[in-house]
This record gives sequence, C-alpha cells and structure tokens, in this order.
Amino acid sequence: MIVVIDYNVGNVKSVCNAFKHIGCEAKLSREAGVIENATGIVLPGVAAFGYAISSLGPLAGLIKSMALGGKSLLGICVGYQMLFESSSEYGRHKGLGLLGGNVGPIPPGRVIPHMGWNLVELPEDMDLFAGLGNEKHFYFAHSFCAAVTDIKAKIAYANYGFKLAASVQKANIYGTQFHPEKSGKTGLKVLHNFADICKKQEKKN
Amino acid sequence: MLTKRIIPCLDVVDNRVVKGVNFLNLRDAGDPVELGARYSDEGADELVFLDITATIRSRKTIVELVEKVAENVFIPFTVGGGIQSVEQIDELLRSGAEKVSVNTAAVANPNLLAEAAQRFGNQCVVLAIDARRSKDRPGKWQVCVKAGSEPTDIDVVEWAARGEESGAGEILLTSMDADGTKAGYDNELNKAVTDAVNIPVIASGGAGTLEHLYDAIIDGGADAVLMASITHFENYTITQMKEYLRDRGVPMNL
Repeated sequence: MIVVIDYNVGNVKSVCNAFKHIGCEAKLSREAGVIENATGIVLPGVAAFGYAISSLGPLAGLIKSMALGGKSLLGICVGYQMLFESSSEYGRHKGLGLLGGNVGPIPPGRVIPHMGWNLVELPEDMDLFAGLGNEKHFYFAHSFCAAVTDIKAKIAYANYGFKLAASVQKANIYGTQFHPEKSGKTGLKVLHNFADICKKQEKKN
Repeated sequence: MLTKRIIPCLDVVDNRVVKGVNFLNLRDAGDPVELGARYSDEGADELVFLDITATIRSRKTIVELVEKVAENVFIPFTVGGGIQSVEQIDELLRSGAEKVSVNTAAVANPNLLAEAAQRFGNQCVVLAIDARRSKDRPGKWQVCVKAGSEPTDIDVVEWAARGEESGAGEILLTSMDADGTKAGYDNELNKAVTDAVNIPVIASGGAGTLEHLYDAIIDGGADAVLMASITHFENYTITQMKEYLRDRGVPMNL
C-alpha cells in the first residue's frame, strides 16, 4: 500500500482523497512501522519549508534511507522541494539531499506566488506522465522553486517567464512542484501513474 | 505562462449555497458539495466557499463541509468567513482546503497574515477585501468588514499593498457596489489594486456577461475572475466562459 506521510502540515488528506477517488489504496500515517512496509511513499506538503522539514523530524531519515534503498517516492510541492539539498525560505534550511540542487525564491519580475494553472512540457521518458501527451496544464501554488543541478535528473519544465522545474525524476525518486491532487483529471492520471510505478517496483523486489 | 482562472464562488448558509444582490436578499442556489463537484467536473479552475454567517455554530459546519468537498473536488478551493486564528486556518487546511481567506480578522489583528504566511506559506493566505466606493473621497474605496456591514476608514488600495507586505499571497477583491448586480465588475477598482500589488488579484462582484469576464482581465488586470449568480443560475457554463475568453486571446486551461 502507498503511504502518504502525515506530518502536521496542510493538505495531506487531499492526496489520500485523490488516490481513493481513482481506486488506489493509500494510507495516511506517521508511524515508522507502517511507513517501512509501504509499496511507495508520498511526501505531500502545504507549508513553509522550515516548518515542514522540522515537522518531519526523525521521519526524514527513514524516508531518505528507504528512497536510497529503491522505494518509489513522490514529493509534492514543499514535499518536492524537501528532496533537494537546501532552501532559503524564511532562513536557511537543509533538505533531504536526495536530488542535487537548492530551493530559492522565484526570480522577481513576475507575479509571485506562482499560483494557478501553467502549461508543463512533458518529456516522453518521464514515467509519471505516461499517456498524457506532450503538454498539459497543472495547478501550481508556490513562491519558491528548485534550481536543479542534478545531472542524473530528468526534468519537465514549465514556462513562467523563466524555465521552472515543474517535475523531476531520478531513478525511483519523483517530485512535482505542482499539485497533482488538485490538477483535475490530468493530475489524477499522474497519481495513477505513480501507483502503477509502485506496483511494478514491488514486483521487481 | 499562467492561464487566467475561472472561479465559481459558493456563499454558504446552513449547508446551502445562497446568492444575494449587494450582499442582501439571499436566494437558494443548491447543495455546496454537489455544486462544487459539478464545477470541478466541468473544468472550473478553482472554487471559493464563503461561510457568510460565520457564527461559532457555522464554523463547525464549515469544517465538516470542507471535508466533504475535499473528498469530491480535485481542484483547489479556498475557504473563508469568520476566520480569526492560525489554529482555525490550520484546521481548514488539514480538512482539505488549499487556501484560507481572511477578511475582518486581518483588520482587527494585523499580525494574523504574517503568522499564517510564516507557518503555511503565503500561497495559502488570501486577503479578502470587501470594497465600497467612498462617498466622501471620489475615486477611492473603503474597506468594509463583518460581511460588509461595517465600513472602516481604511483605503482599499493601501490596504491591499499592506496585505501583500504582511504576507498575503493573493487578494480576493469584492466590489460591494457591483456584487450580484450582473452589471459588470468594478474595473476601476480592479485596476487600482492590480497596479498597486504584485500578487494575484481575483476580481469579484458584478459578473453578468461573458464580456464582463474579459473586461475584468483586460481592463481590470485581474488574474482570476470570480462569479456566482451567472453560474449558479446557469446562465453560462464554465466551458462557455473559457471558450469565449480563449477565442479572444486570453490564455485558458481548456
């Protein structure tokens, strides 16, 4: 079963609701014993980075070691940002360091937060976007963004007057700056794809 | 590039959606969960739910409503009405809301926006402003609180700019003069505010025709248009609105 990490930030339930709606089993939990047995992990998040990473507490280490061990992991929004090395949102905070790169403010000269539906170009070789074609709109709501330096990462970009890394995949580690659970039918398809990825990964193990 | 957003607004009283004119003469418009799910399926970009009575009793109902909506709606939605504390914001976000709007409490407690932004990120924090044209100062608008019943001396444009500084990530700007009239948005107001801030502004109050939506975006500079009467009473579908705007060159998620 997919486990959605429950760590005292907003919007964790929406992700579970979305999985339920598409007929996938997902459990909300913060218990190490439950998380250890997950077929895949979703790290959601509506929060400021510093608050989110400190609320994660000791679960951060567990999630990191499971991801390094090959468990499928999907980070969403701040959950995605936490996959990187650090963030400068309200102070300096260390991330999980699973992806190379840092999180900083969206460059000025445009409306911030970046909030609403933005077109994302979908590379063919990113598993999360299987069956979705070349480009789709997704819902974003954020003021900070990741500058990806990881040469092993595949990146889907959105154009917001600059190249915004909207989604990243490195082996079994996935992240979306946008909210698939709030991106209507397109977003539900992304979650469905992640559930399929987890199933395939389980069969291999 | 971001698309412009179409946002149906559901004013809720006792678990029913209602809609009035100039904040008065409320008329029943249906079940909030059903209506929300319908708009989500039809391709609305977002929803706003406002608890317009905002009593202690209704606040409990609104949390339950948010939970039910979140089970059926897979687009972002904002909840507002009578919210006074970071704890209440937390509860609503945890119940499934994407954003929370604050109105009266932001006037009464200037720290609320900043506290909420630091904890949840400013993208969750919407400053709702009910604006009324000032009788004494032409070309100015005054902030009204307590569901529009109490005018203050605060200038709307200044208040919007201060809201942005304090940590609001978006402004929901309602013209009380235009609300429910279907005579068009107050685009002078919209323009004055969108010129003064760098955060997204949702224009609200007065939508009656498809052209009104276009005008609020082009003349008013709005990032999103909110409407109630014209969708609830089925004058136009979400698709009709989006196709009209797209055909006139406005970027839409269609």
